[in-house]
Amino acid sequence: MKIAIPVDDKSMETSVCQSFGRTPYYLIYDTESQVSIFLDNSAVASQGGAGIKAAQTIVDNQVHALITPRCGENAAKVLMAADIMLYKTINTSIKDNIAALNNGKLSLLEDIHPGFHGHGG
Amino acid sequence: MKIAVLSGKGGTGKTLVSVNLASVTKESIYIDCDIEEPNGHLFFKPKNYVLESISVKIPIVDERLCSGCRICVDFCKFNALAFIINKLIVFDDVCHSCGGCIVFCPEKALSEKDKLIGIAQCGVSENVTVVTGTLNVGESSGVPIIKKLLKDFPLGKEFIFIDCPPGSACIVMESIKDADYCIIVAEPTLFGVHNLNMVYELVKLFNKPNGVVLNKCLEGENPSEKFCLEKDIRILGRIPFDQELGKLNSNALIAVRENQTYRDLFSSLLQTVTKEVQHETVTNP
Ligand code: SF4
Ligand code: SF4
Repeated sequence: MKIAIPVDDKSMETSVCQSFGRTPYYLIYDTESQVSIFLDNSAVASQGGAGIKAAQTIVDNQVHALITPRCGENAAKVLMAADIMLYKTINTSIKDNIAALNNGKLSLLEDIHPGFHGHGG
Repeated sequence: MKIAVLSGKGGTGKTLVSVNLASVTKESIYIDCDIEEPNGHLFFKPKNYVLESISVKIPIVDERLCSGCRICVDFCKFNALAFIINKLIVFDDVCHSCGGCIVFCPEKALSEKDKLIGIAQCGVSENVTVVTGTLNVGESSGVPIIKKLLKDFPLGKEFIFIDCPPGSACIVMESIKDADYCIIVAEPTLFGVHNLNMVYELVKLFNKPNGVVLNKCLEGENPSEKFCLEKDIRILGRIPFDQELGKLNSNALIAVRENQTYRDLFSSLLQTVTKEVQHETVTNP
């Protein structure tokens, strides 16, 4: 199974990024082959709708599950339309989260927050 | 002349000032741009309402024609479109109605549809024409409503008062864009100074002539007054913190229509503002 995690840097030692839409990179990890690749997040500088664009990237990479601390409404709509499972991170360590997923210890992400849509401020 | 009335947050007295100034003129237009919570009409209780609905254009896809090329998805700067498992999804609440995706779709699979975002109302209350806009709950951008209010209604009257939304977001900028003068209403607290500063910066950014009305004035220190003196901001007038005014206001009555003291107070405020605007047009025509 292929999973995605928003991360702060291109390394397995880095920590989970607190924002899904505005994270600098995504780790795409294959739990069977244990191959990891890092993707740049092209949505990081968008004016608005970053979550939607980021979710599109995740979908295009045929990911099955996303592990993230939080996720916006619109991004969740995209991910759910593609049947991607949303799990909540347990801490900021990438390895801990992957291990927890493998052991069936991760819970589903439930608090989906409304977006800000770049109008306010 | 178009006079915008602003404040950093709600409840500062922005509506009190604009409603009473509008009422004290011979004839004027009052435009409530605080579209998330319009309350000027509660005071004016205008008659002979006309109603108009306001909508924006958003794209709608014909799935039979869509080839999945994603040109529209890549084009949309606002990321309002996603292409998921052979299906285009449009995020209405993120779309800015630029129409670009419709133009660039090579299959002509996109067309526009109207989405209702709010209403505009116009009525009369004695000497004041009252224009109110209301944004539907859940809509994120009221800018199209403000545009409509300011463009379609104000015609021919000497005084136009714009009751702006609180804060300094883009919707406020839209409201003051064409104003000849900006009145900032400030409370005499430290938090009030913070709000005052925020709005003052915005007004300066737009290069608008401006002045401050100090509301809820009590005896003793007034941090907002101090701020104005330090920054050399014109103080247009002071509204005392008194029970009578508070009572009229909480009963949704217009103070100048009920009480001569307040009529005098706002008349002289109107005179001061008028002079300021005329002075501005003479020095910066
Ligand atoms: S540009 Fe037109 S054909 Fe291409 S994905 Fe968008 S709607 Fe479909
Ligand atoms: S109309 Fe403009 S903002 Fe709306 S979806 Fe199309 S390209 Fe994006």
